[in-house]
Amino acid sequence: MYVAVKGGEKAIDNAHAWLAEERRGDVTVAELSLPQIREQLALAVNRVMAEGSLYDPDLAALAIKQARGDLIEAIFLIRAYRTTLPRLGASCPVDTARMAVVRRISATFKDLPGGQVLGPTFDYTHRLLDFKLAAEGEVPAAAMAPTDLADVPHVTEFLNRDGMIEVEPGGNATPPDLTREPMELPASRALRLQAIARGDEGFILSMAYSTQRGYGRTHAFVGELRIGTVAVEMDIPELGFAVEIGEMELTECETVNQFKGSKTEPPQFTRGYGLVFGQTERKAIAMSLVDRALRWAELGEDFTGAPAQDEEFVLMHADNVQATGFLEHIKLPHYVDFQSELELVRRLRSEALAAQEAAE
Amino acid sequence: MTTETETARKGWMGLLARSKPTRLAQLFPDLPAHDFLRAPEVGAVMVQGRIGGVGQPFNLGEMTVTRCALRLASGATGHAYVQGRDKAHAVRAAALDALLQTEQGPELQDSILTPLRAEETTRRASRAAKAAATRVEFFTLVRGEDQ
Repeated sequence: MYVAVKGGEKAIDNAHAWLAEERRGDVTVAELSLPQIREQLALAVNRVMAEGSLYDPDLAALAIKQARGDLIEAIFLIRAYRTTLPRLGASCPVDTARMAVVRRISATFKDLPGGQVLGPTFDYTHRLLDFKLAAEGEVPAAAMAPTDLADVPHVTEFLNRDGMIEVEPGGNATPPDLTREPMELPASRALRLQAIARGDEGFILSMAYSTQRGYGRTHAFVGELRIGTVAVEMDIPELGFAVEIGEMELTECETVNQFKGSKTEPPQFTRGYGLVFGQTERKAIAMSLVDRALRWAELGEDFTGAPAQDEEFVLMHADNVQATGFLEHIKLPHYVDFQSELELVRRLRSEALAAQEAAE
Repeated sequence: MTTETETARKGWMGLLARSKPTRLAQLFPDLPAHDFLRAPEVGAVMVQGRIGGVGQPFNLGEMTVTRCALRLASGATGHAYVQGRDKAHAVRAAALDALLQTEQGPELQDSILTPLRAEETTRRASRAAKAAATRVEFFTLVRGEDQ
């Protein structure tokens, strides 16, 4: 017999009303505005844009406020919103060589054209709590120095000239899009990069860290890490030419990895690549390590059974919206499922106890 | 359309798309009479990157974009694709795109495009100058064994 059960509407309504009140918190404390979140919690906004896979700082700020600062919940809200938007087309690939950089460092070359530019970084801070921030106050203006606004060349270009690093095959093939077709494995590198770019920062970080600890080691150096603004151009069909439709901040990481060579390739350095919305350098570095680890088959390396080399393991578990959906659904009513389990365990127990008694 | 006007049009369409909606509204408060060829529509554009910065394209993620197309009473048509979800921004950009192609163009260049461009240049120069101040100047220390 199947009995449908209904109920809980009133409880749910009241729970949501209470949630709204708790979200607001103590009303004697000023309410957060969206511009405050966008400007002062910019790195949280960046993470929500990157993993929500939708670049819109105002929407990300709204999602963070609505989610009470739960970033995975905020990412979920952004993903849900983006499904309501019609797709107007695809941009031309962004040209990161023309990025207006605010940060650009290389761990492989000390002196390089364009220099080592630290930018607004947490590096070299002492990680001591700054109690001055607990009080309101004026911030001293950042120093300025003359500059020529020239494009900053990619570090891998220098290695490329000597044939010391693998050449990245160019082209303009239409890339696969996992928001349009279900992800199929084995995945192309383009599809993997899309999945990792929107994957959970914590998961990608741990995968990358595991390669550093020896599970699929790739001997990575950060050839270059750059953060800055790029123009986004799009071909407009009704005009017949491309125009800039906006600009966005991106973080790009290129790793240079040791490679002994294979039957077809001489010993040379290989590449891992990371590109992420916003100022998100931990994610971009991790992304390039995981990208490189997943390239073992293409480069003729051994599969050592490391999780970071396992495409299915990485790609099917990187998405925190999918993960949280499946994880958290088990808290929802499973009364009927559980009832049948309960009956099964009762029967097995009574059978086992009966068998025990018979044996005695 | 000649290459020269196409280049000019690309230039102002990009500038209008990158401008802050509130600033554009200050500079260009009153819209001319127009009919929509495409009513303002908010959507998403898939932004592509290239593998290794130079290789095959891949899908990085989407951005919000609002587009609009309109015709003025004079018959001039204007198009806009602007970042974000501000419909008024897209309508203003499309109306300006149309007007800039008419004889009013030079006047609007001076009153709207010139200040927008100057403000953008200042904003970019300021960030570049702050970045330049964080450029590392290495120097070599004199080591004991060399003496």
